Amino acid sequence: MDSLSTGTLSGVQKEELMDQVKQQIAIANAQELLTKMSEKCFKKCINKPGTALDNSEQKCIAMCMDRYMDAWNLVSRTYSSRIQRERNNM
Amino acid sequence: MSDLSDYSGNKGVDSELQDFLMAEKQKAQFHAQIHEFNDFCWDKCVDKPGAKLDSRTETCITNCVERFIDVSLLITNRFAQMLEKGGGMN
Repeated sequence: MDSLSTGTLSGVQKEELMDQVKQQIAIANAQELLTKMSEKCFKKCINKPGTALDNSEQKCIAMCMDRYMDAWNLVSRTYSSRIQRERNNM
Repeated sequence: MSDLSDYSGNKGVDSELQDFLMAEKQKAQFHAQIHEFNDFCWDKCVDKPGAKLDSRTETCITNCVERFIDVSLLITNRFAQMLEKGGGMN
């Protein structure tokens, strides 16, 4: 690890920095997903906002969240296999 | 003094850190793209969220992602041709 030191960061410091970067990216990702899910599922499930979320609205939201995750994973699989295919064609 | 010589040898650039950041950036871009695809393919394909994604919805999402990539490739190529011919932007 000595040869990797830059004179300003020790090996341990660098590892900490990398962990921090990863963590921040993960948080940003989760926030993006949360924002999108709230927006999409509100649109799908709440037709006329009442004084409280009723039972069927809550059920719809729960289902919608799960389906949004399913769709996300499906898109992720489709996109990565497409990238793979495009690479093979180059 | 070994620190100093390491430092000058690397010219202050930590290649491990650089590789790490590049890889993380690529991952972040990949995720951002999935969020975007999922955003509009959800609107196009999902009607009422049910107990699971039915196969029609799944096919629609897969096609939506694939065709979107086709369209952006087509437009990119055609745009490049326009620029080559020189007159396209007038």
